[in-house]
Amino acid sequence: MENNPIISPENVVYQKPTLMNDNHMHYCPGCSHGVVHKLVAEVIEEMGLTDKAVGISPVGCAVFAYNYIDIDWQEAAHGRAPALASAIKRLWPDRLVFTYQGDGDLACIGTAESIHALNRGENIAIIFINNAIYGMTGGQMAPTTLMGMKTATCPYGRQADLHGFPLKFADIAAQLEGTCYVTRQSVHTVAAIRRAKKAIRQAFDNCMNHRGASLVEIVSTCSSGWKMTPEQANKWMEENMHPFYPLGDLKNTIDKQA
Amino acid sequence: MKGAIVVNTERCKGCRLCVVACPLGILELADKMVNRRGYRYVEQVKPDACTGCTSCAIVCPDACITVYRKKVD
Repeated sequence: MENNPIISPENVVYQKPTLMNDNHMHYCPGCSHGVVHKLVAEVIEEMGLTDKAVGISPVGCAVFAYNYIDIDWQEAAHGRAPALASAIKRLWPDRLVFTYQGDGDLACIGTAESIHALNRGENIAIIFINNAIYGMTGGQMAPTTLMGMKTATCPYGRQADLHGFPLKFADIAAQLEGTCYVTRQSVHTVAAIRRAKKAIRQAFDNCMNHRGASLVEIVSTCSSGWKMTPEQANKWMEENMHPFYPLGDLKNTIDKQA
Repeated sequence: MKGAIVVNTERCKGCRLCVVACPLGILELADKMVNRRGYRYVEQVKPDACTGCTSCAIVCPDACITVYRKKVD
């Protein structure tokens, strides 16, 4: 392969985003986090905001996001990323401020902060990775866990009388006055990844143009937590997660403003 | 259209998502070969079949695939 004449710098059509560094990512094989990290790095690069981007990393698997993308990062206390992002954006209105949170961080311990930041219409972008499980701590039930889904803390499947119902956070966010863009995407196929990238770009654009709060939910897999191979996890997500968390834009007021 | 890929085998975790995503089915995990971390890494098993469509690289969660493409007559 080394002698292949096609392999030369002028023929490159796809490579690792330059904002992503060479640190080995700690994520499990096939984890959706890697794809979303890549999209974030690509979008920031394409928008030319390398020097202006400030990311807020959560507590959860993505806690080390600051090790992989070479922009400014701030680590927040568990669930408090939207509060921190609000402060940064208010003090530094010309910055691209986004949070990167999982379902345990955003939809459980940080529900209050998330809802209030979105409702206040803070000019921030929130990227919400929803894999319906607590990945980092060993696969416990999350607020977003599907009915009947087995996890370490609901080994017989989630039951309504015992555990309550799954939380559709993006649907709640879409009802709030402060949000301008709420969308639900996934990263299981090439087409879905392209759509997710467009959504992240739109959210970052809203942040830079002070249009209000944006939420991009990304329905993801957790192959380790779900005890599946990455391929099986993608298939399971399509069959079970997507019917309950349908993909597409839930709210978009940008066209009306323009 | 001719394409070629270069896999960063040390970064690859052998998740097989690219193997599934490749429309031509020309990728497979290396047989009895592992990288330093013990993962079977991915490699192109059908040489010269690649069209450089970038599907494998787009789905790769660890950004280990670089894709090259060139028009050939």
